[in-house]
Amino acid sequence: MNTTVEKTGRTWKKPPFIANPAIRWALIIGIAAYVWWAITTLPFDWERIQQGIPRAIRIFKGAFPPSFLRGELLFDGFMESIKIAIVSTLLGLALSIPIAFASASNVAPKWLYTIGRGVIIVARSFHPVIVAILFVKAVGFGPLAGILTLTIYSIGFVAKMLAERIEEIDWGQVEAIKAAGGGTFVTMLYAVIPQIMPRQIGLSIYQLDSNLRASAIVGIVGAGGIGSTLLNAFGRYDYDFALAITLCIIGVILVSEAISGRIRRNLW
Amino acid sequence: MVATTQNSGPDAIAHREWARYTSKQRWQRFGAMGLVALAVVWSLSTINVIWPWLWDAPQQMGDLFGRMFPPSLEGWKDIAWTLLETINIATIATFFAVFLSLPIALISAQNTTPNRYTLWLGRFILVSSRSVNTIIWALLFVAVFGPGVLAGILAIVFRSLGFLGKLLGEAIEEIDRAPIEALEAVGATRFKILIYGVIPQVMPTFFAVSILRWDINLRESTVLGLVGAGGIGIILQGAIDTFAWQTVATILLAIIGLVIIGEAISAYLRKKVI
Repeated sequence: MNTTVEKTGRTWKKPPFIANPAIRWALIIGIAAYVWWAITTLPFDWERIQQGIPRAIRIFKGAFPPSFLRGELLFDGFMESIKIAIVSTLLGLALSIPIAFASASNVAPKWLYTIGRGVIIVARSFHPVIVAILFVKAVGFGPLAGILTLTIYSIGFVAKMLAERIEEIDWGQVEAIKAAGGGTFVTMLYAVIPQIMPRQIGLSIYQLDSNLRASAIVGIVGAGGIGSTLLNAFGRYDYDFALAITLCIIGVILVSEAISGRIRRNLW
Repeated sequence: MVATTQNSGPDAIAHREWARYTSKQRWQRFGAMGLVALAVVWSLSTINVIWPWLWDAPQQMGDLFGRMFPPSLEGWKDIAWTLLETINIATIATFFAVFLSLPIALISAQNTTPNRYTLWLGRFILVSSRSVNTIIWALLFVAVFGPGVLAGILAIVFRSLGFLGKLLGEAIEEIDRAPIEALEAVGATRFKILIYGVIPQVMPTFFAVSILRWDINLRESTVLGLVGAGGIGIILQGAIDTFAWQTVATILLAIIGLVIIGEAISAYLRKKVI
């Protein structure tokens, strides 16, 4: 077995992931130093954390079995979330189509392109929860804030993906319509839109699914839907009801993911 | 997709009309549109919205932005420090999640899982981690460990596990069989096959996915504070609650900067790795 090793005194070694030893060790030491520094400077409250295990046991004891006693509240919350998702998807799509055209470099003039891209970057930078807080302050608690938040959220995603699709279209059809004397609007309608339609429909369904998920979250800061119900249950230490809500959220998300995945597979 | 009217005779053929869809397809399309219209009407008519508030919204938003201007630089030291704390939460959490997700990915990939029970265990972990949002995980951990950075780190770790494990597991399922067979042929143990046959093949995906998740975690860690789980969200909530809108503006600008820089770094690193 060991003859080669005995003869030559060498064994095979796995080549290292980074060839240069200096860079390799610098990277390893750097990462270790960073992790050490970050963990030691973060303000952990160890006294409070030590109480965590008994608290966790108490919470789980309170959570089992999940209580569906207030099923009506649960149902209303979900219905509100679904309504928020539908209305905000519709609004978001209506707004993202013109924005997508404005931010596609092959159909929009330079100044419009800059504005369009700017709108998309701003809409994408903020987590929906932050947007929701601002809207809750501006228009009050309730589903309206949720609708506005998710509209912004939809614009950030749909307009970006759609703009990328518009930039990839076959330019021949645009030239054909222009050669036949079509104006800008007619060209868009007959040469560009038919080419982006399949992607648009796929994106719409994806976004509906995505908005349904997000509507469970924005509710936590007061923007309506099942998230508000969940936060109330947590705030009142009704852990059994909170667990029931969480299980339902998981169930609804899995079902909506399956439906949207199926429709999109058939489309593309 | 050409459909014609099914009349016979030379005269009828000459007068055929072109239609894009067959009548069945047309009815399906009408049906789908009708369903969408119905859903929208139902939502709009039953949703609990006070419509005058919507007409009032642009004015209210304008008022809000008016109060935010100009952004106040007061307390920028606190903001910079918590921004750093936010980055640390995201990075440390990604770091731990990456290590923890490796074994989960291995047991949830069909070709490396030891048996059927571990496969289902792996899938169960992935699904439950992915279906619960970071904010909901954070709510739970704040209730357990109290407000603070630990709750935030744990929330991000638990949410990232599912994402990393799923993408990594899919990469493992797509690996080339040949190196594995070669290792089996020379009598390598299961563990050695993993180390020398599987892991080198998924290394690029592993780094690309980890960097992508770091970028997402950076975004999510900016809102953890709103439920008390550390980071810049805590001072954002504080500023909103005290109506210090000019400070809010500064924090929002800082978050935009953080997110854009994070996205640029992650795009650069992923290009290097792949």
